[in-house]
Amino acid sequence: MAAQSIHIVGASLAGVRAAEALRRREFDGRIVLIGDEPHRPYDRPPLSKQVLAGDWDADRIELTKPEKFAALDLELRLGVRATGFDLATRTLSTSDGDDIVDAMVIATGARCRTLPGTDDMAGVHVLRTLDHTLALRAELDAGPSRVAVVGAGFIGAEVAATCRGRGLDVTMIDPMPTPLGRVLGEEIGSLMADVHLEHGVDLRTGVGVDRLEAEGGHVTRVVLSDGAVVEADVVVIGIGVIPNTEWLEGSGLTIDNGVVCDATMLAAPGITAAGDVARWPNGRFDEVMRIEHWDNAIEQGVHAAERLLVDDADALPFEPVPWFWSDQYDRKLQMAGRIGPADDIHLATGSFEERRFAQLHGRDGRLVGVLGLNRPRHVMQYKTMIQNGASFEDAVAAEI
Amino acid sequence: MKIVVDFDLCESNAVCMQIAPDVFEVRDDDFLYLLNENPDESDRERMEECAQRCPKQAILIED
Ligand SMILES: Cc1cc2nc3c(=O)[nH]c(=O)nc-3n(C[C@H](O)[C@H](O)[C@H](O)COP(=O)(O)OP(=O)(O)OC[C@H]3O[C@@H](n4cnc5c(N)ncnc54)[C@H](O)[C@@H]3O)c2cc1C
Ligand code: SF4
Repeated sequence: MAAQSIHIVGASLAGVRAAEALRRREFDGRIVLIGDEPHRPYDRPPLSKQVLAGDWDADRIELTKPEKFAALDLELRLGVRATGFDLATRTLSTSDGDDIVDAMVIATGARCRTLPGTDDMAGVHVLRTLDHTLALRAELDAGPSRVAVVGAGFIGAEVAATCRGRGLDVTMIDPMPTPLGRVLGEEIGSLMADVHLEHGVDLRTGVGVDRLEAEGGHVTRVVLSDGAVVEADVVVIGIGVIPNTEWLEGSGLTIDNGVVCDATMLAAPGITAAGDVARWPNGRFDEVMRIEHWDNAIEQGVHAAERLLVDDADALPFEPVPWFWSDQYDRKLQMAGRIGPADDIHLATGSFEERRFAQLHGRDGRLVGVLGLNRPRHVMQYKTMIQNGASFEDAVAAEI
Repeated sequence: MKIVVDFDLCESNAVCMQIAPDVFEVRDDDFLYLLNENPDESDRERMEECAQRCPKQAILIED
């Protein structure tokens, strides 16, 4: 039964793109968009890049122009938090009161993991929201003596790069042997380590953080697991994210590292999920995934919205080739598909020495992934080949 | 409808070209070429998709 009224919880990338898709599909019922941030929906990737650098201001990153947003005719509830849901009665509880829900898209994304005991320590930051970014930027403007970045994942590495771009002293700490090595493999991880070292980052890998110490409530040093001490008056923690599903505990929906959906993004009849919060079996890779990438939030937001407008029999599985980018200094890293340590590998163009290459990954004779540095066009073209089910052999032979 | 690309932002990843190869072309020299600056009004939905899916927000649709 097609929905008459649709609630979208989470007013960010997945939620907004879902709302737009509903109107594009000529859904003319009521759409309620609920989000706990006070700001009009904005784009996150520039936060750790241009906004933190001080090159862009908040008005530069809005997701949709005000006129177009108004034309969507949404019941917009910003600054409102969803606090609970009950599937049996379809009751959605919010900080603003209860609502009975006909259909719903869950798009509450994820939030940053923190280090225990540091929540109230001044000078300690995470980076997920515009408010986080402006708070951190204000402290960078004040010229700290050193910034310590805990975690050399994508957010940590981008923050380190942006801080170096601002001329600040930076120490980046990660228990893994190389930055991003877990995702990119040790070889490319160590190449990225060199990039950070050459840009003057004091890189401490293979060592964890034991604790942060403060004086007068303000952080002063990071004590590492090997006993070394890093003096820093700003600490940025980038140790991953947790999907925002607490409000769904006891709802009757299945929660397991995200909202568990079927292959079509349906979590329960008339309820879908999308973006960083959603977990689903991606038939293309025969793998249950939860993806924390910008492009996925868009594509999945659209899919989750359209799913509510079709009958079960007409529903299509969501089978994307996941894709992301990360910009650090003048290096543009991109990856599409799924890569693993046991893959067959082929360097399709460029070389590690010039730090400009595209590397193909094959498994069981199929092209399953491509990883590129400063080769965005190549990555996209190989991504199309993955989408088309190309064999590894054909990808290796292709002239791109 | 007028399409404008901010070439300072564009990183030539060819996302737009995948959606509308008749309007956007990233060539072997790794530059983006705009093949049609004034697509027909009937093409607006596809152009908006290009603008939205551009990860660098480099595509602007003027009027
Ligand atoms: C600093 C930064 C840089 C990034 N850079 C890149 C990049 O270069 N490339 C890339 O591919 N990806 C990047 N990403 C990832 C990308 O931005 C995310 O994948 C994307 O934002 C996910 O969108 P979403 O809508 O699913 O979730 P989110 O953007 O997390 O939005 C969820 C929204 O729901 C709200 N919410 C949560 N709980 C509730 C509740 N109970 N009630 C109401 N509202 C609630 C949240 O406050 C938030 O506004 C970056 C992310 C960050 C933070
Ligand atoms: S999608 Fe954007 S960044 Fe990519 S080639 Fe097109 S305009 Fe350039």
